[in-house]
Amino acid sequence: MRGFGKYAIWVYSGMALVFLMVPIIYTIVFSFNDSRRTNIVWRGFTFDNWLNVCSAQGVCQAFANSILIGLVATVLATTLGTMIAIALVRYRFRFRSATTLLLFLPMATPEVVLGAGLAAQFLQAGVGKGIGTIILAHTMFCISFVVVTVRARVASLDPALEEAGRDLYASPREVFWRITFPLLLPGITAAALLSFALSFDDFIITNFNRGADVTFPSYIYTAAARGIPAEANVIASGVFLLAIALVLISQFSAAARRRKLALTP
Amino acid sequence: MAFGAFATSTTAAEPAARRKSPIALLLLLPGLLYLGLFFLVPLVSLVITSLQQPDPVVFGQYENAFRWENYVTVLQQYWPQTLRAFGYAALATLFALLIGFPLAYFIGITLRRWPLLQALALVLVIAPFFISFLLRTIAWKQLFSDEGPIVGFLQALAILPGDAAITGSAFAVVFGLTYNFIPFMTLPIYTSLERLDLRYVEAGGDLYASPPSTFLRVTLPLAAPGIMAGTLLTFIPAAGDYVNASREFLGSTDTAMIGNVIEANFLVLQNFPAAAALSLVLMAAILILVSVYVKRSGTEDLL
Amino acid sequence: MSMSAVPHSGFAEAGADLELVGITKRFPGFTAIEDLDLRIPAGSFFALLGPSGCGKTTTLRLIAGLEEPTAGRILIGGKDVTATKAFQRPVNTVFQSYALFPHMTIIENVAFGLKRRKMDNADALAHEALRLVELDHVSSRKPSQLSGGQQQRVALARAIVNRPALLLLDEPLGALDLKLRRQMQIELKAIQDTVGLTFLHVTHDQEEAMTMADTVAVMNKGVIEQMGPPQELYELPHTAFVATFLGQSNLMTGHVVSSSGNSMVVDVAGNRVEVPRERAQRHAGEVVVGVRPEKVTLHGSDPARQSGRNLVGPGRITDVSFSGVSTQYEVTSPDFGVFTVFAQNTSISRMHRDGDEVWMSWDVGHTFGLADEPSMVPVNRFDEDTDTSMIATQRREQLEAELEGA
Repeated sequence: MRGFGKYAIWVYSGMALVFLMVPIIYTIVFSFNDSRRTNIVWRGFTFDNWLNVCSAQGVCQAFANSILIGLVATVLATTLGTMIAIALVRYRFRFRSATTLLLFLPMATPEVVLGAGLAAQFLQAGVGKGIGTIILAHTMFCISFVVVTVRARVASLDPALEEAGRDLYASPREVFWRITFPLLLPGITAAALLSFALSFDDFIITNFNRGADVTFPSYIYTAAARGIPAEANVIASGVFLLAIALVLISQFSAAARRRKLALTP
Repeated sequence: MAFGAFATSTTAAEPAARRKSPIALLLLLPGLLYLGLFFLVPLVSLVITSLQQPDPVVFGQYENAFRWENYVTVLQQYWPQTLRAFGYAALATLFALLIGFPLAYFIGITLRRWPLLQALALVLVIAPFFISFLLRTIAWKQLFSDEGPIVGFLQALAILPGDAAITGSAFAVVFGLTYNFIPFMTLPIYTSLERLDLRYVEAGGDLYASPPSTFLRVTLPLAAPGIMAGTLLTFIPAAGDYVNASREFLGSTDTAMIGNVIEANFLVLQNFPAAAALSLVLMAAILILVSVYVKRSGTEDLL
Repeated sequence: MSMSAVPHSGFAEAGADLELVGITKRFPGFTAIEDLDLRIPAGSFFALLGPSGCGKTTTLRLIAGLEEPTAGRILIGGKDVTATKAFQRPVNTVFQSYALFPHMTIIENVAFGLKRRKMDNADALAHEALRLVELDHVSSRKPSQLSGGQQQRVALARAIVNRPALLLLDEPLGALDLKLRRQMQIELKAIQDTVGLTFLHVTHDQEEAMTMADTVAVMNKGVIEQMGPPQELYELPHTAFVATFLGQSNLMTGHVVSSSGNSMVVDVAGNRVEVPRERAQRHAGEVVVGVRPEKVTLHGSDPARQSGRNLVGPGRITDVSFSGVSTQYEVTSPDFGVFTVFAQNTSISRMHRDGDEVWMSWDVGHTFGLADEPSMVPVNRFDEDTDTSMIATQRREQLEAELEGA
């Protein structure tokens, strides 16, 4: 591609990136809207929404629920998924293809089916729906994503490193905690962040299994009918800015580390 | 990113020799039991529910039966929503590919010489994941609203008649679906292009292939696993989505998709058998489509 | 951990004997090692030499405890360690890929083994070991910040700091370039002299094995073909494999025509080749005999037959390659296939040219007789070599002609 084509891809991609940003910027801008009741029309700039985030009824409770659910589901899914990932890479066992199918299927099933299925199960078992059932549901759909993420890391781990540990008088337990685990940690961290993000933003499965409890997305869904308060924009924008800051910091520190490595003789 | 992992069919490092050990069972069992209990058993619950018949006395109560007619009823009643779901999802997948592939190519190949710009562009693609997708969809709704800037602008240009609206239309729903799934399409394609060795492309040029034929014969096949993963990651959730098509967001009753019907039957009408039957129809249709697609594309080792 | 073989309280005083008794290792589908017996005396530098896939790395992993033998026993310092795990054995390994822990600093890497054994002065000892390999100044860096040669030395320090009774080296120099490898060979040998441990070095590089080891065992297809000091292995190979894997050899097949006293005479396609009886492994019937290329002298005309020298010929020179200190000739004859001859480029020796007719002679005492059945030795190897070298020669002539024409 040369000449016109060379610039066309810059223009096209630039427009695509702007397109991706439009609703994000809109959401952030409207977190500063002096909206009073409905946050639809721009009525002027204010910091009030940011200073009194919890003034909108239930929004902070919903946010706290989402954080709690995200944390518990992340811990559960990351633990279970990491164990499976290690087993898949390191061990031979029967039913391997059945296992990979069982891990693939939740990712290939539409959320509405997962949600309805669990709701039907809880209904039949007579289990009351609430934060507990949301956590059970989120853990379920996060496991497969954890397995996929951690598996790649386990597969790229040089087995000689663990052998060197065994050779250097480390017991199997010490080999795991001092060598295997620290080396898998970047993969496990990525999987945990992904799980948290998936859980935090999940609406469809949650909606089927939440009972009377409210998460941040379900709060927005319910509020959408009568107008979403600007405080919801504040929370979403705050989470967004925090996440972006973390990503940028990690990107730049990785780049700095690479540069430092390149400079060391 | 896990989305990248979708696009990997080969792992770089040499695998350690796999051993047989009881530890394997210990590692697998908790997670697999969990998936069995909260993924497989619910599917069975769906089957049971889908065959239930209404309790003659209490409304909203059902008793176990073998009413397979439930499936006929829901298909007769909801075939437009079912077809619409797959139609919208297919369109959204196509548009997401048309936007996502050039974007992925741009980030993965064009921006290679500017690592900082590349990292920044990548952050922009991931950024939507960090902000509630419901709020992003609401943002589009408000931008597209009758008093909003876009409708006003188009009306001023007389492209849109004065009484026309965008929200509630099929266009708005497909637009919303496309927007929401662009990152899911872009990231896997990016991961497969990012690893693409530019020497292949040079070799293509060296072997007398014109740029378009180099692209078709070298770049595209090498990006195929990413395209494959991206289309699946877009099509499957888009077909089951009910947020974009719901009335409170970008749709109207005319744009209802199968997801909306399942939600309404389950959570509002309490017609659990109908919701369950529709869910199973959706799942079966998707599994058939996916397996045909996977077979035809020849990459069967997705996970 | 109450394994008596583990010197928990401190270091091994000196290297220990290693003994393998009837070791067999089978993997699903193939046998890597078949009934192997091996004894390595304490304090020696022992090299296990063989091509890839010969079972040498498996042997090393069995000794380290990273694999379990299918049958047989492993004894270190007279104690049976067959059933003990890797971390319980007084053995340390320098891995082929070095296997330095990437998430730890150099000093943490070196002190790792000492800390697992709860040694009090782990850091001090680790610094001492790093000084021995002259890398104490990089102790706070991460492995990725070191060059290949430095990583290799850290891997060595990390192993010897534990003063194992036995140090295993798994092709540790394989990843280094030639110059660095030479330097490391010398350093490794010097360190072994200093610390006096038993070294077991596994390699496919015959030069590496010969320059460093006191004893070399040549391994092929899971069995040890021959074992001894490097010079002895080179001068008197017992098998065709050893003769060709360890340096080059000219092998000839013939029938024993007489065997009396100290001498045995073999008829190689009409040429009379004499072998001292004690240098021959077989003394009757069809046998394979050989001579090293540098022991052979070329003659431009049929020389007078001398007692004490074997003479074959004539043959025609089909390839000459000059390499500075010496010249390598390939001599082809329908009688004995291809002969390789190395001639020192001293001023008195005259150069032979491509196409010259030559005779070859060598000292009877340099001839060796192999244990192999002649039918098992790939004698047709010569034909293939002839073909390739012929093609190469033709190609070169063609090229030269083109260049001259241009």
